[in-house]
Amino acid sequence: MSFTRTPTAARSVQFSFDGMPVQAREGDSVAAALLAAGIDRFRTTPKQGKPRLPYCMMGICFDCLLEIDGEANRQGCMVEVRDGMQVRRQDQSREVRL
Amino acid sequence: MGSPDVVVIGGGLHGCATALHCARAGLQVELLEREAVGRHASGVNAGGVRQLGRHYSEVPLSVLAMQMWRSIGDLVDDDCGFQPSGQIKVAGTEAHMEANRARVARLQTMGFAHEEVIGADELRALLPALSDGHPGALISRQDGFANPYRTTTAFRRKAQSLGVRIHEGRAATALTRDGAREGGGFRIDTAQGPLRAARVVNCAGAWAGTICAAMGEPVPIRAAAPMMTITAPMAPFVSPVVGFSGAPLSFKQFANGTVMIGGGYSGEADLDTGLTRLRHDRLAVNLRTAMDLFPVMAGARIVRHWAGVEGEMPDAIPVIGPSSTTEGLFHAFGFSAHGFQLGPVVGLLIADLIQQGRSRLNLADFAISRFRTQDET
Amino acid sequence: MKQDLVIVGAGPAGMGAAIEARRAGLSVLVLDEQSAPGGQIYRQVERVTLTETARADRLGPDYAHGAALVREFRDSGAEYLPGAMVWQIEAGKVWYLSGDRAASADAGQILMATGAIERPMTRKGWTLPGVMSAGGVQILLKSSGMIPGADTVLAGSGPLLYLIAGQILAAGGRLQAIVETVPSSRYLAAARHLPAALGTGYLSKGLAMLMGLRRKGVQIYRGVSDLEVTGRDRAEALHFRHKGQAVTLTTSLVVLHEGVIPNQQITRLTECAHDWNPAQDCFEPRTDDWGNASVPGLMIAGDGAGIGGAWAAEAGGRLAGLEAARAAGRIDTTTRDAQAAPLRARLNALIRGRGFLEVLYAPSAPVPKDDATIVCRCEEITAGQIREAVAIGGLGPNQVKSYLRCGMGPCQGRMCGPVVTAIIAEERGVSPDAIGYFRIRPPLKPIPLAAIANAEPGDG
Repeated sequence: MSFTRTPTAARSVQFSFDGMPVQAREGDSVAAALLAAGIDRFRTTPKQGKPRLPYCMMGICFDCLLEIDGEANRQGCMVEVRDGMQVRRQDQSREVRL
Repeated sequence: MGSPDVVVIGGGLHGCATALHCARAGLQVELLEREAVGRHASGVNAGGVRQLGRHYSEVPLSVLAMQMWRSIGDLVDDDCGFQPSGQIKVAGTEAHMEANRARVARLQTMGFAHEEVIGADELRALLPALSDGHPGALISRQDGFANPYRTTTAFRRKAQSLGVRIHEGRAATALTRDGAREGGGFRIDTAQGPLRAARVVNCAGAWAGTICAAMGEPVPIRAAAPMMTITAPMAPFVSPVVGFSGAPLSFKQFANGTVMIGGGYSGEADLDTGLTRLRHDRLAVNLRTAMDLFPVMAGARIVRHWAGVEGEMPDAIPVIGPSSTTEGLFHAFGFSAHGFQLGPVVGLLIADLIQQGRSRLNLADFAISRFRTQDET
Repeated sequence: MKQDLVIVGAGPAGMGAAIEARRAGLSVLVLDEQSAPGGQIYRQVERVTLTETARADRLGPDYAHGAALVREFRDSGAEYLPGAMVWQIEAGKVWYLSGDRAASADAGQILMATGAIERPMTRKGWTLPGVMSAGGVQILLKSSGMIPGADTVLAGSGPLLYLIAGQILAAGGRLQAIVETVPSSRYLAAARHLPAALGTGYLSKGLAMLMGLRRKGVQIYRGVSDLEVTGRDRAEALHFRHKGQAVTLTTSLVVLHEGVIPNQQITRLTECAHDWNPAQDCFEPRTDDWGNASVPGLMIAGDGAGIGGAWAAEAGGRLAGLEAARAAGRIDTTTRDAQAAPLRARLNALIRGRGFLEVLYAPSAPVPKDDATIVCRCEEITAGQIREAVAIGGLGPNQVKSYLRCGMGPCQGRMCGPVVTAIIAEERGVSPDAIGYFRIRPPLKPIPLAAIANAEPGDG
C-alpha cells in the first residue's frame, strides 16, 4: 500500500515516529501522515500480537491507536499532527508479568 | 414430568450454585430467572475472589469457599478464569496498621491464618508502582480474581448437565403455600403457568425482598448499583488485586492489560427496569483514589463504566438460611459487593439445609430473624 | 449557562438544526468532535474550498453546497465548540471533553446528530494492514490529498464505492478493479423501483460514474461472492468467486464498503428505543416526524436517525431545529408547520429514489460464514467463538459480550455490534429485533481517567 499526494500549498510539519523524523502537511491527521510516510504498522494487538493499521479513519475502529506525546491509546485519525509531536508505535503484545 | 423437589428463584451465581448443589444431592431442581442468567450482579461484578478483610461472621464460609475455588474445575468443569494473584489491602496510616494487627490476632484466635500484616518493604516489592508513604498492608496470598460471567455460566451449565431445568425469561410472580398438596409445599406462579415444589430457595438478589414481604418476614434490603470502571490496555504494572484502608477501592489489572477499578461506590438502581444510572461525583472520588495510589493511572484512558443491580443489607452481611415464617422456604440473598467469592459455598450450605435440616457451617449470624422488629417478637 | 438547545455533531443535520433554531431565537451550543464544521460528508470543506479550489472542484458540486451550508452555520450565531468529545448525556446535561478537560453543558433540549458509520464489512482477512474502509480512503483523499496506488481494489457494494472510484480517478489516480458483491438477481428486484429513482438523479449520477470507470481501464467484476483477503503481515491478495471461477487479484490495498448504517452508539447510550429496519438491514432509533426520540428532551436528526444522505440529513436537521423552537415556546405550531412545508417537500422527493438503492445495495452477506473470521477486531474474537457462546446459552449480545469480552475493547463494540447481533439472530433463528444490541455505557468514547477524576459539573 502506497499513496501519492496531490500538490499543495499547505505548510510542511515535522514530527517524529519512534524517534525517526517524519514530514507531514499541516492539516494531516497523525494517522494520515504516517500512512503517507509508508509506516506499515501502528500497533500490535494485545492478544495475538498482529500488526494493525487504520481501517476507518473516522474515529470508529480504534485500530489507529498510538502513543502521542507520551499519552497511550490515542486515536491517530482524530489528532491533527503538529510540529515537534512525538509519536510512538503501540506494542501491546509484550509479556505480561504475573 | 412431575413436580420438582426444589424451585430456585433467581438465576444469579448463588441461584445457579444452589441448583447445582441440590442436583448433586440427588434432588430434582428447576430454576426461574426473569431475565437471563447472570444478567445483573453475578455477570458484571468485579470478580474478586477475596477472603481478605471479610466480616468475621463470613470468614468460615469464605475459607471453605476458597478451598472450593482452588479446585473449581472439579466442581464445574471450567477454571472460571480464576487467577490466585493474591489480594493486598494497602494501609494509609499507622492507625490502619494497628487495626490490621488487631484483626490478624483476632482471626488467629478463631483459628484462621490466611491474613498477614506486611511492612513497607514487602509492600514495595509486591507493588512497585504504588505511590510513596504507605506503612504496610494486609495481605491474603491465596486470594485472587475470576471472570464473573464465565463463572456463572459454568455453574449454570454444570447444573444443567446434572438435570436442572433452567427457565430464562420466566419470572416468579407470586409464591403461595399450596394447601392442596399433600405434605405442604408451594405454588410458584409465572406468566407461563404455575410450578409446584416442596421447597423454594429465594436467590432473587436485589428483588428478594418482595418474596420475604409476601411471606410475612419483611427485610430492609436496599438495591445498590456498585459502579465499575475499565481502562484501555496498559503496560503491565500490578499483579495482585489491591484494596485500600483509606477509602473504598478494588483495583486489578488483567492479562490483556486492562485495569478494572471498583470499590462499591453505588450508582442508582431501578428495580422495575433493572437499569442503573451512574453517579459521576462518586465515580470521580473512586478514580482519584486509584490515581493517588497508582500515579501511572494519570495516563489511563477509560473505556467503560458500568454498574450491576445488587441487594444490600444494612449490616453488610447476607441473609442465608431457612425462612422464619414458612417451612420449606430458604433464603440466600443480600450479598452486595462481596458475594462472588462465596458463590461455590452458599449453595452447598442451602443444599445441606434442604437435605439434612442442618448445614456443615453455622449460619446463625445470617438468620433472617435478625431483622424482625420489636413489636413482632 | 443553560442553553436552549445543545447539538452533538456539526454535519449537515447538526448545522441545519442550529441554523433554524437560531433563526427562531434559541440559544444553541454545538459540540463537535471534529476540528471544523462539516461532518464526514463535508469534512474540512472550509479549508479545502479556501485554499485549494482545484481539489474542491474535483470533489464535486455537493461539496460546494457544503461550503455554503457551513457559511450559513458560521453566520447563524450558534456557539460552535470544535474538538469537543461528548462522553455522557444525562437528563438535561451533556458531558464533554474539551482538550483534556471534562466539562458539562445544561440543555433545555439535546439533539444528537452524530451521523452514520460504514457497515462493518466483516470478511476473512479484514484486519490485515492494507485493508481499509472506503470512507477511510475517501477521508485520506479529501483531507490529505492522498491518492492510493494503482493496484488498489475496491470491493463490496453501495453507491459510495463508485463515488470514491470516480474521485480517485478524477484526482489522477488509477485503480485495478471494482469487485461488486451485489448478486445479479438484485438488479432485477431493484428495477421495480426504477421509475421513482429516475426522477431523482440518483441513477443518472451512478451510470455516469460507471462509464467513466470502464473508460479508464478499471476491471469490474459483478455478482462476486466469498471475498477473502490474504497476506502475512499485510494484505497481499484479494480472492473471490466470480461466475463460478475462483479469482485472485494481487493487491496491497483492498478497500471495503457495504453501505452505511446509523451510528447508534449515542442513541443506545441514552437508552432511546430502536427498531429494526429490514430494508436497510440495520437498527434505527425511533423518532417522530420532527426528530423527537422516545426519551423526553432528546432529539435525533440526520443519518443517525435513519440513512438518507446529506441532503435529507440537512432537511431533517432543519425540521428538528424548528421543532426545538416550538418546544421552547419561541414559535407556535402554525409557524413551525409553515416553515417546515418546503423542507418536507424536499425530503419526500429525496426519499422517492431510495427504494431502488436500498434493494440493489442491501448487504449481501452480513454474517461471515467462515468461523475463523475475526468479528471483534479489538479483542480478536472470531465468528466461531460467538457461535459457540450462543450454543452454550448466550441468548443475546450482552451475554456474548460478558462471556467473550467481544465488544469490550477500545472501539466499544462499534465494529462488531451489528455483526454480533446478526450472528446470534441467525444461530437462534429469530429476527435481529428480538435479539437487540449491546448495552452501551459511558464514556461514549474512551477518555482520560484524569479528566473524569477531576471533573466538576458546570465547568462549561
